[in-house]
Amino acid sequence: MNPIISVANLSKTYASGLHALRRINLDIRRGEIFALLGPNGAGKTTLIGIICGIVNPTGGTVTVDGHDIVRDYRAARSLIGLVPQELTTDAFETVWATVSFSRGLWGKRADRDHIAGVLKALSLWDKRDSKIFTLSGGTKRRVLIAKALSHEPQILFLDEPTAGVDVELRKDMWGIVRSLRAAGVTIILTTHYIEEAEQMADRIGVINKGELILVEEKAELMRKLGKKQMTLHLHAKLDAVPAALAAHRLTLAGDGTELVYTYDTQAGRTGITALLHDLGAAGIGFRDLNTTQSSLEDIFVDLVRRGQ
Amino acid sequence: MNFRAAGAIYGFEMARTGRTLMQSIISPVISTSLYFVVFGGAIGSRITEIEGVSYGAFIVPGLVMMMLLTQSTANASFGIYLPKFVGSIYELLSAPISYVEIVLGYVGAAATKSIILGLIILATAGLFVPLRVAHPVWMIAFLVLTAVTFSLFGFIIGIWADGFEKLQVIPLLVITPLTFLGGSFYSVSVLPPIWQTISLFNPVLYLISGFRWSFYGIADVGVGVSLAMTVLFMALCLAGVWWIFRTGYRLKQ
Repeated sequence: MNPIISVANLSKTYASGLHALRRINLDIRRGEIFALLGPNGAGKTTLIGIICGIVNPTGGTVTVDGHDIVRDYRAARSLIGLVPQELTTDAFETVWATVSFSRGLWGKRADRDHIAGVLKALSLWDKRDSKIFTLSGGTKRRVLIAKALSHEPQILFLDEPTAGVDVELRKDMWGIVRSLRAAGVTIILTTHYIEEAEQMADRIGVINKGELILVEEKAELMRKLGKKQMTLHLHAKLDAVPAALAAHRLTLAGDGTELVYTYDTQAGRTGITALLHDLGAAGIGFRDLNTTQSSLEDIFVDLVRRGQ
Repeated sequence: MNFRAAGAIYGFEMARTGRTLMQSIISPVISTSLYFVVFGGAIGSRITEIEGVSYGAFIVPGLVMMMLLTQSTANASFGIYLPKFVGSIYELLSAPISYVEIVLGYVGAAATKSIILGLIILATAGLFVPLRVAHPVWMIAFLVLTAVTFSLFGFIIGIWADGFEKLQVIPLLVITPLTFLGGSFYSVSVLPPIWQTISLFNPVLYLISGFRWSFYGIADVGVGVSLAMTVLFMALCLAGVWWIFRTGYRLKQ
């Protein structure tokens, strides 16, 4: 299937000389949830800004459903909804007015039922006649989402949608994202909450210093880069890893009361059986053990650090 | 052409006017009335007729023009500056619209507002002095052309301004003095010859002169020249707007 967004050799250098993006190539698949991860200033917002028409690219091309974002901007932009990172919206308008305005800007016929549906889905219905400046930060965030959904986009950009948002709204938001995806909407989100990307995304891209350093299926990424650790809680304290166990990749932790074994989930043999056997032979008893798998966050931090 | 989008912006801006009725309509009407009381009533009673028109009636076109210029500029500049200031400009830039629709919406609303205001002020003036309009079609034409031109000018200022101070500077330091010196309250023929010549470099003179001609058939400069200057200024503003959107000046990075 053709990608719904195709980014080719995209570069952006700001007037200040900052290279925000360096020759980015990226295809977004129709109907997927794509999470773009990266530290602050990595270029995430610039990339979204260019695709949506807010920032002029320095070089390269972007097509949205086959429409070039510069030459054929009307067709390209009519498919896109954008929820920006900052809470930037009119202050003195009512929720209803600002959301209806967005639909009008996209040239869509006025549709009270659709607007009402969006407001209800976002728990904004009771606030429809409230002026925006009277709303809390979380509710303003909902308004921004409602504005983006007012014109029935095929592609939704969510730039840090859950920054500064309470638990309830985050849950609501992910519920909405899931139902949008079920309706066939392609979703591209940036987030700092890596567990969200881990839960929600189909694919993950990692951007750092303007370069896309990795694009991978989430499951594949977790599998490939995933490390597992087994921690043994010992009966007796050790001063050092015993020589008999030197063959195993062990480290001592918890002031000598824990032995940590790191292994690769990809390897055919994890070495656990041999380790337990050797522990028994060395007379080291343990009262408990637990295993942990590296999270996407660990993977991410690792990737970014390697890039530096 | 995305007419719905232009209509949405227009409707949005007009609704904003409705909410700020006090500031948008009532305060200019009051300040104009004060001019009538002071210049038309108190001082004007001691001034002889100018070219057969009583002083109070003579200043009406100039006063309407003054309000039209300042209000068009202020409305349009504020209209586009506000989304820039709060950041909601992102939506205009990411919408499937061209600058033609954006300008139609913002400038159209600002011009509509100042035309309505001009007519209200005219009606208010009618309460103070006897008014006659010799060329109603030309009167409306000058009113509309000037409102649109200065709304375009205001739009440019709103894009250019990066603070509320700059938003105020041009109306306060440029437009108001030019209006006062452009013959709002006098005919330039009463000035010494050297100042008459200098006045000819003031674009506002042509607007006021043309507008006054449409009322009383008297003018400082030929009506054709007035019309040409108005259209020229409009063309300059259109070129400015075109350049802004072509380059993304102060809109896109």
